[in-house]
Amino acid sequence: MSTAAPKPMNAVSDASKAGTLANPRSLVDLVLRARTFGILVILALFVLVTYLIQPSFLSGSNIRFVLADTVIYALVAIGETFVVLTRNVDLSVGSVVGLSAYVSADMFQAHPGTSTVVVFLVGIGVGLACGLVTGAITAVGRVPSLVVTLAMLYIIRGVDTIIVGSGQVVANSLPNSFINIFHATVLGIPDLAWITAILVGIAAYHLRWYRSGRELYAIGSDPAAARLAGIPIARRVFFTFVLSGMIAGLAGVFWSTQYNTIDATAANGLELQIIAAVVVGGVAIFGGSGSVIGAALGALLLQTINVALNVLGVPSLWTEAIAGFLLILAITLDRGIQLRLAVALRKRRSHLGG
Amino acid sequence: MTSPPSPVTDAVTDDAPPGAPVLSLSHASKAFAGVHALQDVSLDLYAGEAHALVGENGAGKSTLVKILGGVHQPDEGRLTIGGEDVLLHGPGDAADRGIAVIYQEPTLFPDLSVAENVFIGRQPLRAARRIDSRAMDREVEAVFERLGVPIDPERIARGLSIAEQQLVEIAKALTRQARVLIMDEPTAALSPVEAERLFAVVETLRGEGAAIVFISHRLAEVFAICQRVTVLRDGRLIISRPLTGVTPDDLVRAMVGRDIVYGEHEVHQPGHTVLKVERLTREGVFLDISFEVRAGEVVALAGLVGAGRSEVARAVFGIDRYDAGAVQVNGTALRKGSPGAAMQAGIGFVPEDRRQQGLVMEESTARNIALASLHRLQRGGLIAPRAELRFAAEWAKRLQVRYGRITNPVSSLSGGNQQKVVLAKWLARRPSLLIVDEPTRGIDVGTKAEVHRLISSLATEGVAVLVISSELPEVLTLADRVLVMREGRLTEALSREQATEQSIVAAATGQPAPTAQTEAGS
Repeated sequence: MSTAAPKPMNAVSDASKAGTLANPRSLVDLVLRARTFGILVILALFVLVTYLIQPSFLSGSNIRFVLADTVIYALVAIGETFVVLTRNVDLSVGSVVGLSAYVSADMFQAHPGTSTVVVFLVGIGVGLACGLVTGAITAVGRVPSLVVTLAMLYIIRGVDTIIVGSGQVVANSLPNSFINIFHATVLGIPDLAWITAILVGIAAYHLRWYRSGRELYAIGSDPAAARLAGIPIARRVFFTFVLSGMIAGLAGVFWSTQYNTIDATAANGLELQIIAAVVVGGVAIFGGSGSVIGAALGALLLQTINVALNVLGVPSLWTEAIAGFLLILAITLDRGIQLRLAVALRKRRSHLGG
Repeated sequence: MTSPPSPVTDAVTDDAPPGAPVLSLSHASKAFAGVHALQDVSLDLYAGEAHALVGENGAGKSTLVKILGGVHQPDEGRLTIGGEDVLLHGPGDAADRGIAVIYQEPTLFPDLSVAENVFIGRQPLRAARRIDSRAMDREVEAVFERLGVPIDPERIARGLSIAEQQLVEIAKALTRQARVLIMDEPTAALSPVEAERLFAVVETLRGEGAAIVFISHRLAEVFAICQRVTVLRDGRLIISRPLTGVTPDDLVRAMVGRDIVYGEHEVHQPGHTVLKVERLTREGVFLDISFEVRAGEVVALAGLVGAGRSEVARAVFGIDRYDAGAVQVNGTALRKGSPGAAMQAGIGFVPEDRRQQGLVMEESTARNIALASLHRLQRGGLIAPRAELRFAAEWAKRLQVRYGRITNPVSSLSGGNQQKVVLAKWLARRPSLLIVDEPTRGIDVGTKAEVHRLISSLATEGVAVLVISSELPEVLTLADRVLVMREGRLTEALSREQATEQSIVAAATGQPAPTAQTEAGS
């Protein structure tokens, strides 16, 4: 029936004028851009102040150090962002990284001469298995993800502890080719940072331009409406947990290239730093809005602050408190922006003949 | 009355428009937990017709809509769309079959753009299956232009007015080439101008051959835009026929027409004014509400769901804020926005939803009864358990609460006895004013009468009682005076003598009282 051309209806001319007067879309864009911009400003500020006090902070080697240190956080934040966008949370990522780190690195110990490719596949496979279990319980069994992933955090860490026993992987059992992965650079930037940046780009592109990506925003924005719109919620949520698991598995292999000596406590508590990065990066904790680029920048900001405070000689005790402060700042800021935005949109909306 | 299907068949054979129905539901039934929400209901929708669906609250309209929208699956019955038998497994299925539903609360994604909301799940694609957002924006813009509404497709949906949200839903239906458009009380939250615009859109769609289902409590609207009407009552089909030759009078009678069983009304002697509400206003919710409740009388606040009755009560008790006006209790101004102050002033409030708001379900009957009176049961700052039990048992006995052990969770009691526990909780504070919202919702008939007697005897003891109820027999049983609200305003104050089912429904729906236009009726 939409094909037939109906008689035009009496358009409300003053209302359409009001519509062009204040374009709410540009307002929203502005706010969202300002959000990402805000992270960059704080980042720049920290870098600048640190540089003025300690010029070596901006040396090539230090930049490389910061970027390399950010890789794991930014990487895991990609998967976590997918999960959080759907109004869920994945607390098991730290345990997955730990398990994957040990199992993959142990390949070299148990089967000397294993190819690096196989080791990467094993690490990703470990994450995939964890993600499948978490996703199935959450999406199909409809159990709140907070509880499921908290349970998985303990279970996976428990399995890790049983496998590792009292042993550990030591650096000299790893081939140099594997350890060098962490130190390799292209154009002065670590390989792993390039890989992470590419993955962030792919994820951002998917979320922006593909139906399955947009539907994640829809699910987090209003789950009831998503159901009415016929969106396959269970399938989409399941996918986010599988993705989060696989990425955490990959990050586990990165972890063993970085730290070389792995025991059962590897990546303990990582999940909370990841969630901090995601939230500081502007992903709404109740889903529906945010971006992986923001989340990655959030990770970069937290790591930069970490290193900067270290360089400035501030006791490391302070860094956690400052991260916490930033978190509260980010959430309060988002809440304030949301309220302001709602009021502004209501005021500026084109009044329909009313 | 004859068996329900016969008037339908009569009407259909007499006046069916040429052509087969676009959608036909026959003999559908649906029960929830053993309670029949819909029983043997049939409905035929024709292209180019607007079909009104009317009935009182709880008549089964929403259940019917959800069956057509694929949200619920009927237990029995057959659904035919375009002559083909179908089963709708979910909302997506219904949409694919060309059925679009606009629910009372529009269901948009606040974080997505308007265009994305229209096209969610079926966005136009370009190379590599990417979303073609330019084509999407263009198409939505074209639809809005057609509808004559200035909504920017690129803006996010957060902050749209209800009217704009409905137009987005209509755009959704249009781009889906929907053959059937179902609108569940679309005008409830619209201003007259916005409603006019909506009717114009409906008229256009109808002209293009869509079948429209229009649900409204405002009979004037039904007569203005519809050609056919179906009346439901208590989940059953009462009439389904063309609107020509039907009067508003007939519809009201068909909607209400139950056997009227009133309880005995007890006449009370009102004393001094306990509650005085003056020009209470909350923007967009209720406007300029003034009334009094005197000691020893029961005042009922009647009206349709959504008329703003509960909101007024909540504002009086201080749960919700209000923008203008004043509340006085026993001659003293009541601080606004403070339930604590309201309790101090002697107001008791029994909320509509006892499970969520009236009781702590996991706690014992005794704890629940004593909950609002703990200050009296303290010994040196601690609650004395013995005193609590004694206190609770006394009140439970006074209200004839039937319980196993008073220390068992209150969730083990029947609905009626739970309601008595909530009443006991407040009566134990010896309030001078008791506000009761839907006192007998979901309570069996026997206990209902007991609750009614209890409320009535309170008034006899000199308590001022304000009852909010959607059940007319209840209003007529309890009330010494009836205040009727419609769309946030107090539209009518009826004395005991003036209050009848017809006069209340008329005031609540904005229809002139049927008795006043006997010459129009046949």
